[in-house]
Amino acid sequence: MSLVTDAAAAVCLLLGAFFSFSAGVGVVRFDNLFARVHVVAKPQVLGMLLLLTGVALRLQDRSSVTMLVLVAIFQLMTSPVAAHMVGSAGLRTGKVEPEFLEMDDGGR
Amino acid sequence: MMLVVGIVATALLAVGALFAVVRMERGPSMLDRSVAFDVLTTALVGAIAVEAALSRRTESIPILVVLSMVGFIGSVTVARFAAAEPPKERRPDDTRPTSTGGPTGPDTPDLQEGP
Repeated sequence: MSLVTDAAAAVCLLLGAFFSFSAGVGVVRFDNLFARVHVVAKPQVLGMLLLLTGVALRLQDRSSVTMLVLVAIFQLMTSPVAAHMVGSAGLRTGKVEPEFLEMDDGGR
Repeated sequence: MMLVVGIVATALLAVGALFAVVRMERGPSMLDRSVAFDVLTTALVGAIAVEAALSRRTESIPILVVLSMVGFIGSVTVARFAAAEPPKERRPDDTRPTSTGGPTGPDTPDLQEGP
């Protein structure tokens, strides 16, 4: 049982670290603000959730798992808000090429 | 086995954080830097999580709560006070006035231009 959960935790930790690494690669390689915001909002959150799952599988302690669930819920609640605010601020202050947008719904 | 997992995961997280620092140095605008700072904070949270998973210690779990909260507040604050910037940091075809009216004005935060 412990071997199985340890193996699952190892897989979760490795996948989560890989997704965090891919967020770093995306933030360097992508060439406009919206693509960078995308990389922070999606692969990064998935990597964080996988890392937290790995920690929870490894610790299996009630109070720590409660706190880890709290971190996961908080991340899922705040990450879209932060991404939306950064994106709308970028649109408002003219950081985005107009021809890059198919639709410009930013109410400036 | 867990030692190898820890080394590989920490190396991946460290390289991701290094890339975030590179973007923070390069990033043409303040918003790019705040996005990169978000990546850096999450890499830090991930590194602490990997440490807690490897050593099976639970003392560092509250740090994760605090760090995720602080990262959110930082990026939202920077986005809220993002102002129109001096011409060298803007698109060349952007003709809207800067926050202080002149094209060479200092980039003070414009509180009238909130979302």
